[in-house]
Amino acid sequence: MADRQYELVYILPPDTTEEQAKELHEQLEAIVTRMHGQIEKSENWGRRRLAYEIAHQKEGVYVLEVINGSGELMKELDRRLRVMDQVIRHLIARVDHDKKVVERTRSKRQASSERRRVKRGLPPVRQPGEGRTSETDELDHDDDRYDGVEV
Amino acid sequence: MAFGQGRTGGPGGRGKGAKGADKAQGQRRTLFRRRKVCKFCADKIDDINYKDVKLIGPFVPERGKVLPRRISGTCARHQRKLQTAIKRARQIALIPYVTD
Repeated sequence: MADRQYELVYILPPDTTEEQAKELHEQLEAIVTRMHGQIEKSENWGRRRLAYEIAHQKEGVYVLEVINGSGELMKELDRRLRVMDQVIRHLIARVDHDKKVVERTRSKRQASSERRRVKRGLPPVRQPGEGRTSETDELDHDDDRYDGVEV
Repeated sequence: MAFGQGRTGGPGGRGKGAKGADKAQGQRRTLFRRRKVCKFCADKIDDINYKDVKLIGPFVPERGKVLPRRISGTCARHQRKLQTAIKRARQIALIPYVTD
């Protein structure tokens, strides 16, 4: 069976040094490779303000890892992360399914728009400078769309 | 007589808000209501991601609750996705659970 893809986000205390973060990353990587997974991408968002206090901290270092692997692996990671003191919060989310859906709708939309354009005798892809660009620009300032009061 | 005719034309327009009816309603009630559109459908945003605070932010008012559909105009499908995105974002403290 094809591997699933997960996203793992964890938060470290703000006074964590680069080395400590790196060490933790390697620790996690070891677990992942041991259980036949693979880290596809690792991203450090750096220090960010927390929306609420966690472990008496107002700030935290966010790290994102995109992991390909089995559910068993993520279970193990989750268990480990729970125990680790230096991780104050973590979140695991499965993303492969959603990604696939997004891709499908996007390609579907593109295909149908191309079909329509060809029917109208236009080239399948939108040319630069074509259409009513100024109007869509105006629509971009659409704050009033959701702060409208219910009538 | 003319009044009577106007009256009979009136109630039909109250219902669904077809184009002609909108005008009639506008005269009766001076309140202008903007047609609500689902932001995600209009802008063709397929992926409502929990990491994208800028995207989610406007749907979480000051108090920290999820903005209801009847106010934002979001379609059911996207509201559902938005909901999970907001819940995930709360878990990793990108968005508050509550603010007083």
